[in-house]
Amino acid sequence: MSSRRWPAGEDGEGTPRPAGPVQVEELAAGRRSFLRTAAAGAAVAALSGCGDSLEDFFRRRFKELSPEEVARVLERVERRNKERFGKDTTVRADGARPGVEFGYGLDISRCVGCRRCVYACVKENNQSREHPQIHWIQVLEMEKDHGVDLAHADLYYEADAVPRPGKFYFPVQCQQCRNPPCVKTCPTQATWKEPDGIVVIDYDWCIGCRCCMSACPYGARHFNWAVPTLPPEELNPDQHYLGNRPRPKGVVEKCTFCIQRTRRGRYPACVEICPVGARKFGNLLDPESEIRKVMETKRVFIFKEDLATHPQFYYFYAT
Amino acid sequence: MPTPMPRTIAKLVLAAALLGPAATGRAAEAGTPAAGPAGGREKLVQAETPPFSEGIFPCSSCHGDLPKNGARRELAFHDEQQSIFSHDPEHLWCLDCHDLQDRDVLHLINGTKVPFAESYRLCGQCHGDKLRDWRLGIHGKRIGQWDGAKVYFLCVNCHNPHSPRFKGVTNVVVEGKATVAPSLEFLKPEPRPRRPEEQRR
Amino acid sequence: MSGVSEFLRGSVREVTTGKRGYWLWVGFLLAAVVVGGVSYAQQARQGLIATNMRDDVSWAFYIGNFTFLVGVAAAAVLLVVPAYVYQWKPIKEVVVLGELLAVSALTMCLLFIAADMGHPERFLHIVPIVGSPNWPRSMLTWDALVLNAYLVLNLVLVLYLLFRTYRGQPYHRKVFLPLVMLSIPTAISTHTVTAFLYNGMASRPYWNASILAPRFIASAFCSGPAVMIVLFQLLRRTFRFEIKDEAIWKIAELMAYAMFLNLFLLGAELFKEYYSAGEHLLYTQYYWQGIGGHRALVPYAWLSLSCSVLAFVLFLVPRTRRSFPTLNLGCLLIWAGVYIEKGMGLIIPGFTPSTLGQIYPYTPTAVEWGVAIGVFGVGFLVFTVLVKIAVPILVGTFRAPGAIATGHDTPEGPGAH
Repeated sequence: MSSRRWPAGEDGEGTPRPAGPVQVEELAAGRRSFLRTAAAGAAVAALSGCGDSLEDFFRRRFKELSPEEVARVLERVERRNKERFGKDTTVRADGARPGVEFGYGLDISRCVGCRRCVYACVKENNQSREHPQIHWIQVLEMEKDHGVDLAHADLYYEADAVPRPGKFYFPVQCQQCRNPPCVKTCPTQATWKEPDGIVVIDYDWCIGCRCCMSACPYGARHFNWAVPTLPPEELNPDQHYLGNRPRPKGVVEKCTFCIQRTRRGRYPACVEICPVGARKFGNLLDPESEIRKVMETKRVFIFKEDLATHPQFYYFYAT
Repeated sequence: MPTPMPRTIAKLVLAAALLGPAATGRAAEAGTPAAGPAGGREKLVQAETPPFSEGIFPCSSCHGDLPKNGARRELAFHDEQQSIFSHDPEHLWCLDCHDLQDRDVLHLINGTKVPFAESYRLCGQCHGDKLRDWRLGIHGKRIGQWDGAKVYFLCVNCHNPHSPRFKGVTNVVVEGKATVAPSLEFLKPEPRPRRPEEQRR
Repeated sequence: MSGVSEFLRGSVREVTTGKRGYWLWVGFLLAAVVVGGVSYAQQARQGLIATNMRDDVSWAFYIGNFTFLVGVAAAAVLLVVPAYVYQWKPIKEVVVLGELLAVSALTMCLLFIAADMGHPERFLHIVPIVGSPNWPRSMLTWDALVLNAYLVLNLVLVLYLLFRTYRGQPYHRKVFLPLVMLSIPTAISTHTVTAFLYNGMASRPYWNASILAPRFIASAFCSGPAVMIVLFQLLRRTFRFEIKDEAIWKIAELMAYAMFLNLFLLGAELFKEYYSAGEHLLYTQYYWQGIGGHRALVPYAWLSLSCSVLAFVLFLVPRTRRSFPTLNLGCLLIWAGVYIEKGMGLIIPGFTPSTLGQIYPYTPTAVEWGVAIGVFGVGFLVFTVLVKIAVPILVGTFRAPGAIATGHDTPEGPGAH
C-alpha cells in the first residue's frame, strides 16, 4: 500500500520494522464520524503492523484461483522468499492425487521420546525457531501405571537418556480429522480438508482469530505470535504453498503430513527420522500399504475418540 | 567361499526374500493408485548396508588360516562383542549363529548358510512375529517413497546382535556408504520445548 | 436531508458544552484512549507476542472483555420489556438510553475483536460476496452477523427517534415499535450466539456444557442494567430527567431475580463437576482451587462469587434495594462479580489445563491492560457523547431551529405511546 512508511519489501514477513506514530484521532461530534475515524485509525495501526501488499488485499481465496493466478501467486511467494532470505526457493501447489487417502500410524510401544521427529519437522517445515518457538509435534511423557492419561502427562520432560524407567512416550500432531472441528469453526474458510485428507491452511486468507486453535482437541494448531524467526541458512527451499512456505506473523499453522513431500510420494520427515521406526505412513486405500497392515494385524486406537473427530492418525501397540 | 557384497546382489536377494510368495499377487495388481516419481508400483527395496565394524569383514581374511575349534569357550579376541554379549548367554554362544567352517556367513538351525545381508532370516527363526511384522513394514524403519521404492533397515542396523535390546542408533559410514548402526548408549532426547511463560517478548 | 448539518453542529455544541465535572470525565477518558493507542501500536509492531497469550491459552483478556461486553449490550435493551409491561411513563427515554448503552458496548466488543485478531485488515474475508464466510457452520460468522445487525438496528432506532424528536416531529409508532420489539430477540440472540461459540467446542469441556447459554443470559441480565440504574440517577440530577424511584427499583428487583438464576445455574454446574468428578473437573478445579502450585485465578474466583452473592442480598432485601447508597454499591459489586466470572473466569479455565494436559498460568501484560483501558475509554467516551446529545433532545432543550420546544409529553409527539 502506498501509504506505508517503511522501506521496500513485505513487512510482517521480514524483520520487524517500526510502525509510524499513531495519530490520536480528533474527536468529532456525532457518533458516525467518530466511529468511522476510530475504525480508520485502528485499520491504519493494524495495516502498519501487517503490511500486506495491495494485490494480496484484493486477492480471492486460493481455492477460487485459476491456474494462471495460482502460478502468479507462487511466483510472488518465491520472490518474497528471495527478498526475505536471499535464497532461491521452489514453491509448488501440487494437488491431491486421486485414489489416495493418507493414514498415519504411531507405535507407542516403540517411541522412546527422543524428539528427533520434533526437530526434523521444524527443519523440514520452516517453523519459527524462537519468539515464538513453534513445534508441530509435541511429545508427551506419560506414566506406565496411568496409561494414556493427560492429567499425568509432561510435555517438558528432560533426561540424559530415554526412555526413562516407568515412562512411555506419546507424540501428538495434527490428526487430520475427517470431521475436523477447526474447519467447522473457521469463519473465513481459510482452512479446509483436502481430498487426500490433509487439513490445510491458506496463510494469506487466515485472519488470525484463533477460533480453530480453541476448537482443536489435540493442541495441534499453532500461532505465529510474532514475525517468525527463521535463519536463512536453515531454510528448506523445497516448499508447498499450503505447507512449509515461510509464514507471516499473525496466522495459524500446523502439521500438513509434509504435503510438499507426500504429494510427491515421499514419506514425511518425521517418519524418516524416527530412529526406532515408530511412525508408519501410507495410503489407506491401498490394501498393501504399511498402515493398512498395521490396522489388520495390530489394534489401533484413536486419541480422544469420544469427540468423534475421526482422525486419519492412528495409535497402536506393535507389541 | 567368501561372498563380497555388491549392492545389486543384496538388492535382488532382499527383494526376493521380502516379497516372497506375495510377489506374484502384487505384480498382478492393476488399477492401483497412480505411479509416484519413483517410476511405478514396484516395491523394490534396498537394504541398508550391514554395519560392520571397521575392518572386520571379510572374516576369512583371518579365519581362513586359523584352526577351527567348535568348543564353547571364552575367546582371546573379539572382546568388543564378547564383553557385551547378552543374547540369551545361558544357552547361546558365537557359533550358534556364526558358521564354524566359513566365517563370512551365518547359519540357520538346520545348517543352511546365510549371508550377513540376510541375517534377518536367522533372527526370524526365534523372533518369528518380529520377522513377520518387519516384512510388512510394521516393525522397524523404512525411508523413501510411501508409494514406491523404499530402503529397509536390517535388524542389525538397530539391534546389536550380540546385545540386541534396543538402546540407540548412530550414523556410521560402511564401505563409503552412510548407514545406521546400533549404539550401546541410550538416546539423549533433544531439548524440551520452551514453556509458554518462557516465550516472552 | 435538511437540517442534518444543523443537527450535527448542534450536537457538536452540546458535546463541547459542559461543566467542570464533565470535562474532567472526558479528559480522563481521552487519557485512557491515548494509553490504548500507544499500547496497540506496540502490539501492532511486535505482533500478539506483546500479549501473554500463547498457544496453550490462545484467547484471554481481550476475548474475556468482549464476552462480558456482549452481555452488557444485550442486557441494555432488555429494559424495554419491563418498561412496557410496567407502563413506565418515560419509556422512550429508557429505550433510547438502553440502546445508546448497547451501541457503546457493541463498539467496545468490535474493538476488542479487532485488537485480538492477527490480521484485522483481512476482516473483509468474513464478509459475504467479497470474502468467504463459513456460514452457517462457523459460529463466529453468526456472531459477526448478529452483532452487526444489532448495532445497525440500534443505530437506526436511535437516529430515527432522536432526529424526529429534535425536529419536534412525532415519531411513527408503527415504525418505532416493531423495531423495538425486533431488538429484543436480536439482543437475546447476540448473547446466545456468543455463548454457542464457546459451547460448541467439544475440545473444551469447561465450555462444552448445555448450561452455558442460559448462564450467559442470566449473567447478562443481572449485570447489564446496573449501568442504567447509575445512569438514571445521574441524569435525574443533571438534566431534570424524570424517572420515578419505582422504575429504578423495579429494574433492581428484576435484576435480583436474574442474580438468583445466575447463582442457581452456577451451583448446578458446580454440582455436576464436583459430584461426577470426571476428568473434566480439572478445569473447574483450576479456577476454584488451583492445580498443584498453580493458583493464579483462585482469589478472583472467590472474589467474584462474594461480590455476586453480596450484590444479590443487597438487591433482594427491599430495604437495601430501595436505599440508593446500598443499591449503587450492589451495582458496583455485581458488575465486578460478573466481569470476573464472564471474562477471565470463563476464558482462562477453558484453556487450563490445555488439550494436552499442560498448565500455563496466564496473566495479562501491560500491553493488554493498556489496550483494554483504551477500548473502555473509547466505549465510555462514545456513550458520554451519545448521552450528551440524546438527553437534551429528549428533555427538550436541544431542538431544531424553528421546531416547537416541547418537552417529552406531547400527545402523539415524542413521549406518547
